[in-house]
Order: sequence, then structure tokens, then C-alpha cells
Amino acid sequence: MEKFITLTSTIVPLPIENVDTDQIIPARFLKATSKEGFGDNLFRDWRYDKNNTPIASFVLNNPTYQGQILVAGKNFGSGSSREHAAWAIAGYGFRVVVSSFFADIFKNNAMNNFVLPVVVSEPFLAEIFESLSKDSKITLTVNLEAQTITNDANGKSESFFINPYKKDCFINGLDDIDYLLSKKTQIEQYEKARN
Amino acid sequence: MKKTLFDKIWDTHVVSTVQEGPTQLYIDRMYCHEVTSPQAFDGMRKRGLKVFRPEQITCMPDHNIPTIHQESPIEDPISKKQVDTLTKNALDFGLTHYQMGHEKNGIIHVVGPENGLSLPGMTMVCGDSHTSTHGALGAVAFGIGTSEVEMVLATQCVFQSRPKTMRINIVGKLNPGVTSKDLALYVIAKVTTGGATGYFVEYAGEAIEALSMEQRLTVCNLSIEMGARGGLVAPDEITFSYLKGREFAPKGEEWEKAVAKWKELKSDEGAVFDKEVTFDAADIDPMVTYGTNPGMGMGINDSIPSLDSIDEASQISFVKSLDYMGYKPGEKIMGKAIDYVFLGSCTNGRIEDFRIFADYVKGKKKADNITVWLVPGSWAVDKQIKAEGLDKVLIEAGFQLRQPGCSACLAMNDDKVPAGKYAVSTSNRNFEGRQGPGARTILAGPLVAAAAAVTGRITDPRI
Ligand code: SF4
Repeated sequence: MEKFITLTSTIVPLPIENVDTDQIIPARFLKATSKEGFGDNLFRDWRYDKNNTPIASFVLNNPTYQGQILVAGKNFGSGSSREHAAWAIAGYGFRVVVSSFFADIFKNNAMNNFVLPVVVSEPFLAEIFESLSKDSKITLTVNLEAQTITNDANGKSESFFINPYKKDCFINGLDDIDYLLSKKTQIEQYEKARN
Repeated sequence: MKKTLFDKIWDTHVVSTVQEGPTQLYIDRMYCHEVTSPQAFDGMRKRGLKVFRPEQITCMPDHNIPTIHQESPIEDPISKKQVDTLTKNALDFGLTHYQMGHEKNGIIHVVGPENGLSLPGMTMVCGDSHTSTHGALGAVAFGIGTSEVEMVLATQCVFQSRPKTMRINIVGKLNPGVTSKDLALYVIAKVTTGGATGYFVEYAGEAIEALSMEQRLTVCNLSIEMGARGGLVAPDEITFSYLKGREFAPKGEEWEKAVAKWKELKSDEGAVFDKEVTFDAADIDPMVTYGTNPGMGMGINDSIPSLDSIDEASQISFVKSLDYMGYKPGEKIMGKAIDYVFLGSCTNGRIEDFRIFADYVKGKKKADNITVWLVPGSWAVDKQIKAEGLDKVLIEAGFQLRQPGCSACLAMNDDKVPAGKYAVSTSNRNFEGRQGPGARTILAGPLVAAAAAVTGRITDPRI
């Protein structure tokens, strides 16, 4: 995994609340048996009409907005546990999703795929959308080491939370399975003690 | 230290805690279905690993399977491949597998409890958000992603940060004609679709204690629809008598020992929850949803909120949602025509749901010009429907039974509601496109579904 320390990028805005995982990747695209290719169907039904023609008004079809950071309204990723949602977001090329609130399972899934969910306050989120309405090319800077996110348009920063273990995983490109496998003896001891 | 029921189960499953990090939680049972497991098994192969505790894992396909002609191969080649992949993975890794058509096949969250695979005090996971269902037996059960499925295959553990605890008390008694689905939709409407995010919920109070096991399964199933990690109910005599004699439940002396242990599974008097809310069962009417998330619910006779009653920040989403549904702010949806009815899913695909539906339609006729899908949650439910003669009642009223599976709940198979059409559905999600691209879903309980199936309209079943 590519290590993540800081990222400055332009933004793709999605100022909609309660974006659920069925919108991120509809169920009919969950039939694959690998993790590849889901980015093509990210937000499928908002992005394409029923003849598979791109819907011009949807943000992913608007060349004005591009970047590795998706900024969405509150309660992003609610609904199903499908990790395909995280694969779609990662596959499309996003490395950070910013919102004022994330659904739990989505947050875990995103982190397990090295997509960083950054929780900001509602005023901070509103200001990002406001700055964007004035200039579509503004950037955000996410500094994982310092745990800060900066709206480069107005220079305002906020700090965000990530637990130190996960932060370490991101910075060093490690995954949970390696760690758990190193704990096998302890797991066996736990099982024995229980019986 | 006084503990909540959740704390008691969680604490006895902690293997280790990473410093300032998540908990390494031991998992007693995992269920796998065909959609969220292939990449996990792939990962195991790539790492050259064996499944650590195969006897604690049960697999079955449910999402993709057709609900007619299950005796023939699946027509859609991609669905077939996914279902076949599960068969191969279960075989290669030595896991129990109830393949399509097996007498124990069905929707995982229906099959687990009815076979006594899900038991009080357990930790349970599945790559499926409605794993919360199993909490009704007094267990900590929650949905996980595919990377986490791989963790459990490899080590029988997952990493989780400890959720906060919430108790939802429902005092008083439910009114006649109000089902546990209505209760759950009411709670979600009050708490909102993200209102319990970060929490594990315990349902308590007189109205919850009075619910049958199946009704509790419906309530816990819907916990995720308000964002909760899971939901549970303290096990009691209703739980024990439901489980007694089920195939994988403990037997004989083991049973006695287990019950003695399970009786301790309740929140201590005075245990403190991070959040506590109380509702009165008497305030609950039959419920319907009018929008595109399960929190957009109301009493069947109520009106959709007006635009000015909605927060400014939420107005864009509210308008978008109503546009999708073809409804207007402030209007009633009672009496509006519908096109489809779906009885089934892990929310309302159990025998009691079929009894409620059959009881209502008995002696009446299915409305013309609507399509009704009645899909049992498992082959065991199907068998019971036939044993009780409910199938005859349904046929006489003009309905047909289909074969078990997730079906129109998420429309991965052919059971898709066409674009623009309205479906009264006993499932759990009314998201845009959930029941097929462009489909419009009105979530409701089995009784409201029965009334709609007979009139072809949104109808109050109490009249
Ligand atoms: S019935 Fe619906 S909610 Fe339940 S497991 Fe199947 S698809 Fe998921």
C-alpha cells in the first residue's frame, strides 16, 4: 500500500446527506468475485441514465470538479456493510472522504482500504462548500501526521481524530490481518481459559 | 462496577486491547454469504492460510438466488459464478455450507436463529449489516466488511472500537393492529437514520418483553437502520423456550447449564448507559415510509412533513428524496395506489409474518393489476407455512408462494420492481434503487402489506 502522510488536492463535492451504500455502489454491481473494477460503477445510478449515458448534471461527469478528495454531506456511507463501497471509492481514485458524520461500518471498511475518512465540524463542512461555490479549484490539505485538515481557500484548519493504531497502519502501510496473525498464541490461550 | 448486558458479553470476548487502539474481539460464530466473502477467501489463498476455526463458521448463499426454479441452475451467469464460488470456497476450506435448495438454506439471519446456531451470550459476525438481527437472542451480533471477514477466517477475531451503549425503553403495550415492524419504524423515525451511529442498543421495557422471539428478531434486525452497530434484548423465558430443542442448541444437561448461565445475561440494576431514550408503545400506529431512508417514516394516517419544518441544511436531500418518490411535502400517502407488494426478507420473512399476512387476506382477494411476491425467509419457514395450511389460504386469495431467498429486498436476482413503480415492502431499506433501478419503496409491516395486497392502495389494516 502507498503510504499516506499528507495530501493536498482539489475537491469533488457531493453536498447530499445520508448518502447510502446502495447509492455508492448499487447491489446489481456486487456480483464480482474480485476487488477490481468497482470504481467504474461508483454512484452508478446518479452518474448514468438507463441507456448508460452520463448524466451531465452529476458531479462526477462535470470536468470542473476533480481530485482525490470527496466532500459529502452528513451521515455518509449508511446502510449495507458492503466493502464494495470502499473499493468503488478507492478504485475511482479518492484517497480521502470528508464529511461531518460517517456510518460506522463504512468508516472501518474505508480505513481497511486505505481511504481516510475525515470527520469535520458542520460549520467547517459548510465553509468548504461555500469556498467551492466561489472557486471550483480550491484545495484541501490533509496532514495525517498532525491530524489536521486545512481549507486552503481561507486558511482555516481543524484537527480530526484517528486512533493511533490506525494512524500507524496508514503511515506504514500495514494491515490488521498481519497484526492478528502475530497474536495466534494469545488467541489459543484465550480459548483455553474460556473452556 | 455495574454493567450493561452489552458490557458483559463484550468484556468476556476481549482477547487484547491495542494500546490507545481498537479491541481484539473473539468471535464465537461467523456466517458467510456469497456476495461479501469471495474476496476474503481469495485473500486467504494469497496468504496461504487455513481457516482457523472452521467449526464456528456456516456458509449459505441467499442474496443472488432466484425465487423460482431453484431446482435448475441459475440463469444469470454472474450470479451463478458467485454462488458457485461460495460452494467451492466452503469445500476448499472445510466449512459447513447449506447450498441452494438444501433444507437448511434460506436467508442467513432467518436460518441462524431457527437452527439454534445463534445463541445468547455469543459474539457473532457476518459480512452483512443485518447481522444485528441475532442480537434478539441476547447476543452481540454485528455486520462487518470483507477485510474483516478475512480476519475472522484467519484468526476468529476482529478489531473493533468499543461502541457506546444506548438503551431504548418502550413502555406500555402495543395497540391492536400494530406489529413489531411498526414499533421499529417508529423508533427509527424518532431516532433518525444516523441517530444511533456509534452505539450498541439494548431494547427494553414492557412492550419489548411482551414481544415473541420472532418479533424481537424484527426489531433487532432494524437497529442498523438508525446507524447502530447492533441491537440486543436480554434473554428470558421467551428466548429459552424458543431455543429449546432447536438443532444446534445445547441438549440435556448442557442445556440446563446453558440456561443457568444465560439467566445472568441482563443489565445490572443501575448500570449506566451512554444514552437512554423512552417511548410509549401506545403512541405507535401502523407505520409507512414516504422517503428514501428508513428514518423517513410516519403513522399511516399522517402527512409528510412540510418543507419549512425541515432544517435548511437538510432541505436539498429532503426535496431530492420526495422527487424520487413522486410525493409532495405536506401530503398524505394513505389511499395512494401501489404496484407491488413484497412480503419477505430477514426483517419479515418468518412464519409469524406469514401468519399475519394470511390471517388478513383470508376470505379476501388479491387486488387486480398488482404484483405480489411472497417469499419465505427459509425452507424451514416454507415447510411450516405448508404444515399450517397457510399456502392454501394464500392460493385461495389469489397469491402464490415463491422459493426462499433475499429476493426483492435488494433485487440482486430477477425480483426487481420496475422504474417508477411503487412497492409496499416488508424489507428494511427504501434507498433509491434498492428494489431495482428507479423503484419506489414504501416500507411497512406485514399487516399493512396484506392490506395493500388486497386493495392495491396504501390502506390502514385496522379499518
Ligand atoms: S433479506 Fe435483505 S437485508 Fe436481509 S440479508 Fe438479504 S438482502 Fe440483506
